[in-house]
Amino acid sequence: MPALSVRHLLGIKYLNEKDIQLIFETADQFKEVINRSIKKVPSLRDITIANIFFENSTRTKLSFELAEKRLSADVLNFSASQSSVKKGETLIDTVNNILSMKVDMVVMRHPNPGAGIFLSKHVKASIINAGDGAHEHPTQALLDSYSIREKLGDVAGKKVIIVGDILHSRVALSNIFALKLQGAQVKVCGPKTLIPKYIESLGVEVEPDLRKGLLWCDVANMLRVQNERMEMSYFPTTREYTQQFGINKELLDSLGKEIVIMHPGPINRGVEITSDVADSSQSIILHQVENGVAIRMAVIYLLASQLNT
Amino acid sequence: MLVAHTMSQKVLLSSKEIHIILHRLACQLLENHLDFSDTVLIGIQPRGTFLANRLAKLLKEEYKVKDIKLGLLDITFFRDDFRRGDKPLEASSTKIDFLVEGKKVVLIDDVLYTGRSIRAALTAIQSFGRPDEIELLTLIDRRFSRHLPIQPNYRGRQVDAINQEKVKVLWKENEGKDVVYLVNR
Repeated sequence: MPALSVRHLLGIKYLNEKDIQLIFETADQFKEVINRSIKKVPSLRDITIANIFFENSTRTKLSFELAEKRLSADVLNFSASQSSVKKGETLIDTVNNILSMKVDMVVMRHPNPGAGIFLSKHVKASIINAGDGAHEHPTQALLDSYSIREKLGDVAGKKVIIVGDILHSRVALSNIFALKLQGAQVKVCGPKTLIPKYIESLGVEVEPDLRKGLLWCDVANMLRVQNERMEMSYFPTTREYTQQFGINKELLDSLGKEIVIMHPGPINRGVEITSDVADSSQSIILHQVENGVAIRMAVIYLLASQLNT
Repeated sequence: MLVAHTMSQKVLLSSKEIHIILHRLACQLLENHLDFSDTVLIGIQPRGTFLANRLAKLLKEEYKVKDIKLGLLDITFFRDDFRRGDKPLEASSTKIDFLVEGKKVVLIDDVLYTGRSIRAALTAIQSFGRPDEIELLTLIDRRFSRHLPIQPNYRGRQVDAINQEKVKVLWKENEGKDVVYLVNR
């Protein structure tokens, strides 16, 4: 059987197309498992996983924890806000202390880009990046592609537009890598101030007009406006943002075709997406959440099977 | 580079013998389960599914059993050799669209060797309910090589094979012919 080409999941950048297919095929089996009446398998009962979160998270943390528990791994949870990090401990020291308690795998979210990569060079454990600053969020991109594949049959050849704050978004970057790797066409749309320079070098096009973008696409991935990452004003008012880059029901109905609406959560209802769109039949937002558990089980399972006994 | 091939294989069961054995196994199942109203057949992925499909077809077409419930069970995530091989264990799909609660389950696999796959299947099947009883049917029973106290209720052929030898079961629908080989590695 093919194995993953990597020992850590630090970013989609480090994966190849075969890795993604292997993760999806494994996730198919786990999706069946989590829909059984007994949703648990004993595969990872001799593995201990630490979830280390230096940044707030609800969905990702719960999803990882559930995936780990469904695989029967032992789980340690750690949030930076209640820890010795506040007392000035370094990242390597914190993690090495945790690892000396015999932990096999670390799932980490960190505000600094590259934190996972740094850690993977200095500690002996398999690292899964659960979001590092504005860099990558690989499991989110995998579950997004997986949800597209589930809804539309395939990712190759599909047209996907990513709308919103591309500049601060690790979800956007990981999604662009993942979608391009699988042969999808990608456009980005958002206020000019929130589109990074040289984004075209990733092989994506910039579409300044949301309506045109929606008419072009099969899938629209609506990103959250990340107020917490904006230390200066990138657009005049939220109301203006909503008028230009928010999706509402009238806009969606006026397209004359069905497109798939995605959102990585948490939603700012009424800002990037209105409630009636988020809750419509075209939205697969809650499927994304369900698939997140299956995808994370697959990633953890595949990485854990490469750990030495 | 040329490598001398030392691998040899001999035929354990021919197509005709397999044909006769399948009919016998079907009759033995009928004898114990009559109309199969409380019985479900479960083929173990990946290789047990061919045998399970074949038996279900035989019971329906030749022995006129009206309703046969057939499921496919993948045991990958229940195996006890996770991280003990050099490669990850590849999962196949599970397809059981009925409850096994209160049913008589017949687990079906092609070769019974150490018994570890069946141990995993016994655990895995519990995710679908609590069966009344579980039986085991295998085409080939490799004697004297068990690691666990597990024996089949129905067996096609018992074989004494040493550990270097491998039993290879081929099926018409997959490999183009029905035949069982004993391969010397």
